[in-house]
Amino acid sequence: MIIDGVVVKVGDHIDTDVIIPGRYLGITDPVELSKHVLEGLDPNFPTRLKPGVILVAGRNFGCGSSREEAPVALKAAGVRCIVAESFARIFYRNAINIGLPIVECTGIQSYVKDGDRITVDLSSGIIEASGYIFRFKPLPGFILEILRDGGLTNHIRKLRGLTV
Amino acid sequence: MKPMNIAEKILARASGRSYVEPGEIVDAVVDRVMFHDLTGPMTLKVFEEMGGGLVWDPDRVVVVFDHIVPACSITAAENHVKLRRFVENQGIKHFYDVGRGGICHQVMVEKGHVLPGELVIGADSHTCMYGALGAFATGVGATDMAATLLTGRIWLRVPETIIVKYTGRMPEYLSGKDLILYTISVIGADGANYKAVVYSGDVVSHLSMDDRLTMSNMAVEMGAKTGIFEPDDVTLTYLKGRASSGFALMRSDEGASYSEEYEFDVSGMEPQVACPYRVDNVKPVSEVEGIHVDQAFIGSCTNGRLSDLRIAARILKGRRVDKGTRLIVIPASQDVYREALREGLIDVLLEAGAMICNPTCGPCIGVHLGVLAPGEVCIASINRNFIGRMGSRESKVYLASPATVAASSIEGKITDPRRYLGGAV
Ligand code: SF4
Repeated sequence: MIIDGVVVKVGDHIDTDVIIPGRYLGITDPVELSKHVLEGLDPNFPTRLKPGVILVAGRNFGCGSSREEAPVALKAAGVRCIVAESFARIFYRNAINIGLPIVECTGIQSYVKDGDRITVDLSSGIIEASGYIFRFKPLPGFILEILRDGGLTNHIRKLRGLTV
Repeated sequence: MKPMNIAEKILARASGRSYVEPGEIVDAVVDRVMFHDLTGPMTLKVFEEMGGGLVWDPDRVVVVFDHIVPACSITAAENHVKLRRFVENQGIKHFYDVGRGGICHQVMVEKGHVLPGELVIGADSHTCMYGALGAFATGVGATDMAATLLTGRIWLRVPETIIVKYTGRMPEYLSGKDLILYTISVIGADGANYKAVVYSGDVVSHLSMDDRLTMSNMAVEMGAKTGIFEPDDVTLTYLKGRASSGFALMRSDEGASYSEEYEFDVSGMEPQVACPYRVDNVKPVSEVEGIHVDQAFIGSCTNGRLSDLRIAARILKGRRVDKGTRLIVIPASQDVYREALREGLIDVLLEAGAMICNPTCGPCIGVHLGVLAPGEVCIASINRNFIGRMGSRESKVYLASPATVAASSIEGKITDPRRYLGGAV
């Protein structure tokens, strides 16, 4: 699985309250949610995310609550993949489960800037960014399979013999 | 057989294995699952998208309405309706509607839905609180919850385990909240990512269940998957009259290994305060004393229990909340509320000028019952102080123990509770 896109950078410890504040949690429409994504960081942030964005973050991205609205809002805002120094565990699972590819890659933050084009190869564990090559530990086979199916929901439909 | 620690032992049992080690991925059978009115609607939506049908075992499912109760908007009310219908159709008996339970995590432990040695999965990040009873409990999102409801299983990576030992003499004025805030400040907001934490050391055996619950609750604030106390007499006493079935007392084997070890001497430790906007931005209270607070809040799954209300009442008895500050108190459950009424605590708090709200998450989630305006400052007994957590993104939240919150409400500024409890200031 190869993904390419344009970098938007954010910092360390971006928590789920910042990604999508509690008061929007009644909303179930992903597009509606995406209008408020990362509002906590900057009220104009939603306008910076366009289809084809690869979010590059620092440490502990997605820490805090278990709200799945956080990755859902990012995906609906056009984020194709998130590359971070590290992720909080519940966010990590949630992103995979909704079919949003997510990779941990140490050191990348200081080498890329907003607007760079980068390519992420999920199966081989390679990122190409502004002339540099970064390696990360490729995702385990069963996680790649969930991503290939577009998330855990489709994966389970498949296992249950339902149409995807 | 190689020795295992309690976290590994529980995961080995749950996955039908005799031995597991960190880094392995196991396919585990869960003993109990829980979701609430905020994570429930998305869980049900995904459950239907997965093809729906019946949950694997309705008797192992607990549903609690707590985040937005009673409904404060039409959307919230509609979500409640949807969830009630699901509970009814699926034959789920352990259902706590408005006025029947309280905050989900408190209800889970108080009503005996968690037993030592169990694997419990909840659609809420503070599910790790049940580790106080010697269970392996962890939070997941809606899609994981939907899949677990269908299959009764979940994949989990066996975590590395950090052991934290508390030694020395615990001062009378100090609480579990101070210990955990201090611990988070040292380990860091991501220092325990993907790992389990085991709380240990001589001090631990003297900690009440309420203190343990607070500390396990905030394990996730270090990124931990779960935070466990090994079951002992305090656990057994707590479970008396609550546990509806027998359980095995699982403890770490002699010689079990840990990825990291910390030791904290608690003798003479100061009350601790986490400053905006990071949970690990912790300072001794003496460094932040004097900061004006517009609101003081005692409640939440972290610190809304009986002992929390008792200490607040002890401090506030015969005193008044400062006129430039409002104090909101929310008992964590209906049971806590009733007991607090019986003990006369509620009366003391009302007399002091506190506003008491019904058991609910309330202002902890920044949706109702005490939302902050831009520029406002709150000191709260909750577990998170992120930007916008309790309302405006331009408001600020300081985290502290109920004693520190109560003392601060009297003076209208952050105050060392030792001024009201005794102990050197
Ligand atoms: S009280 Fe706060 S932290 Fe606890 S479950 Fe409710 S919203 Fe979450």
